[in-house]
Amino acid sequence: MDLWFTEKHTDNVKLSIKVDRQVYSAQSEFQRIDIFDSLEFGRFLTLDGYMMLTEKDEFIYHEMIVHVPMAILPQVNKVLVIGGGDGGAVRELVRYPEIQQIDLVEIDAQVIEACKKYLPQTAAKLDDPRVTIHEADGLKFVRSKKDEYDLIIVDSTDPFGPGEGLFTKEFYGNCFKALTETGAMVNQHESPFYPVDAIAMQRAHKRIVDSFPISRVYQAHIPTYPSGHWLFGFASKHYHPLQDFDAQKWKARNLKTRYYNDKIHVGAFALPNYVKLLLEEME
Amino acid sequence: MNLSQERAPVLEALNRYKAMRVVPFDVPGHKRGKGNRELTDFLGEKCLTVDVNSMKPLDNLCHPVSVIKEAEELAAEAFGAKHAFFMVNGTTSAVQSMVMSACKRGEKIIMPRNVHRSAINALILSGAIPIYVNPGVNHELGISLGMSVADVKQAILENPDAKAVLINNPTYYGICSNLKAITELAHQHNMLVLVDEAHGTHFYFGEGLPASAMSVGADMAAVSMHKSGGSLTQSSLLLVNGLSEGYVRQIINLTQTTSGSYLLISSLDISRRNLALRGRAIFEKVAQMAEYARAEINQIGGYYAYGRELINGDSIYDFDRTKLSVLTRDIGLAGIEVYDILRDEYDIQIEFGDIGNILAYLSIGDRIMDLERLVSALSEIKRRYAKDRTGMLSQEYIRPEVILAPQEAFYAASESTRLEDSLGRICGEFVMCYPPGIPILAPGEKVTAKVLEYIQYAKEKGCFLTGTQDSHVNAIQTVKE
Repeated sequence: MDLWFTEKHTDNVKLSIKVDRQVYSAQSEFQRIDIFDSLEFGRFLTLDGYMMLTEKDEFIYHEMIVHVPMAILPQVNKVLVIGGGDGGAVRELVRYPEIQQIDLVEIDAQVIEACKKYLPQTAAKLDDPRVTIHEADGLKFVRSKKDEYDLIIVDSTDPFGPGEGLFTKEFYGNCFKALTETGAMVNQHESPFYPVDAIAMQRAHKRIVDSFPISRVYQAHIPTYPSGHWLFGFASKHYHPLQDFDAQKWKARNLKTRYYNDKIHVGAFALPNYVKLLLEEME
Repeated sequence: MNLSQERAPVLEALNRYKAMRVVPFDVPGHKRGKGNRELTDFLGEKCLTVDVNSMKPLDNLCHPVSVIKEAEELAAEAFGAKHAFFMVNGTTSAVQSMVMSACKRGEKIIMPRNVHRSAINALILSGAIPIYVNPGVNHELGISLGMSVADVKQAILENPDAKAVLINNPTYYGICSNLKAITELAHQHNMLVLVDEAHGTHFYFGEGLPASAMSVGADMAAVSMHKSGGSLTQSSLLLVNGLSEGYVRQIINLTQTTSGSYLLISSLDISRRNLALRGRAIFEKVAQMAEYARAEINQIGGYYAYGRELINGDSIYDFDRTKLSVLTRDIGLAGIEVYDILRDEYDIQIEFGDIGNILAYLSIGDRIMDLERLVSALSEIKRRYAKDRTGMLSQEYIRPEVILAPQEAFYAASESTRLEDSLGRICGEFVMCYPPGIPILAPGEKVTAKVLEYIQYAKEKGCFLTGTQDSHVNAIQTVKE
């Protein structure tokens, strides 16, 4: 048997992963959800045919979207995660004892259900007592919040389909309002490499720069995402991602991580020239 | 004939015609798109292959005898009219055909002053004389309302020789007069009832919506199928109850094209079928979306998204709950300013903004997630731009001083006059913000200080002013004294 999952990264580039078997498939109100087992990447989740995570490389994404802001902000008690129904971001967050409350806002309850059942590697901590799951539109949820969260993590799908409202200026502005005076937002920031992704990345950057006084972009290497070169945004009202980064404090926590460390933290904010140029065009 | 509403005679005829692979030695000269590759690439081959001429298998819009006739009969049945005309020159031509069918030169027609320019244009073409009924005004919202029954009655008693009464059902903002009572009153005095339903197509299909013209026995109605009905821009229906079909067709043919577009005609046929079969469910969903958005917007504070609570039994006899109109003045921004910010900063295009309100047009094509964007953007605009509302002009209805009939003033010798020098002169043309296209000044009306102040304010706030020969609206044509 020769069964492959294929995702078009551009009109002319495809990534294919050999599938051992399909574990789950459903059409929710919002999107098609599929889970496969593969030999190379372990189990993986796709939404509308787009790769969301694989067991093999999800640690990179989830460590980078959580530990970077947690190592910058001195006191995080209340966190809002928008999207992230797979539970990967929550799994990293619950490792911090000072966090008292995590609100997870996922529009598609069926994604959470499927992940709880078939992807315990990421979803296992969704039952932590500090976590409250809200099945809601992220844009709507955050609209009514004011001065409430120390950290907002935008763990969204791509800017088309159910996630498109999470790449808008009104959303970033609402997040700004929902954050405390010294709060910060981290977002999945698309890729700078292929032109279609780069345009989405630039548009998101422009809107974040317009909404926050401090806005910096950092990068990671994620093998199963288009081009493998992925960006995150760190937007903040007060703290600077490098000047306020306390390496000693983070190391003292003794958290075991596979990708993130204090040197990566600093290095991730050093961007290639072509990416800097794309970002500067928008500033 | 007794076709079912599941049929679409024009659509079916076009499909049959395509299957015959007829060699075209007739117009249009693009020959099913082959002669204009760039246009075909842009619009698509499917579209160009049905951009065809009138011919026996496809009938003729000017004198329908087969498939267009059948399609018009189905439309008449769906809308509860005696006859329905397919119109391809916009609802403007439907309104004009209505007025010209009812009134000849020098005859009077009773109408509210807050009509669309197409109605007053019809007066210029026909030479009919308007008897204006001042609409009610809501001072808080600054919008013109419907006509009160008592005001219409007074106009009828003072002008027993008037031929017709024209009614907006609803206004752009979704407000309805007491259509049934006014229709009965007019009929008691042997006057025809003409209804501008440019914004009322859905009244014929939804539940819990205001009464439609045909349902209360009005004589004619101009229905913009291309607005809430979903057909292509510029396609429309003229519904007729009381008048001779043949005479009305002659009037329509005075100004309507003899090359009726089959894209427009088929879009009317297909949309009628859709509304007849699924209209009820469609408009229930639209109404629910509008109610949801209203509740969310009112929760933001500062904005007022108004609804059926405005109903007062007379000048707001009913309110179209599918409309989403929002008063913005209390956050210190003119509607037109919010309209511009939504487009320029949030990539959201709404229908229009005026001095105090915005209107977002909702339809079956909308999704809740898009409404969330609109609501969130309004919340952001309030957070970022709200300011003190002092000094903001409320959009008052300005009572016109009609000196000459519109036709007389329009064709009179006139001269270009700078706005500041025009006080007290008689205007020879239109001045209006577009949208909504309701004239601030119409031909034959006196230029007053209030009108000039309003024009100046609208210009400052960035309204798109139109109607005048001078494209910058610094000068207007006034009748030579």
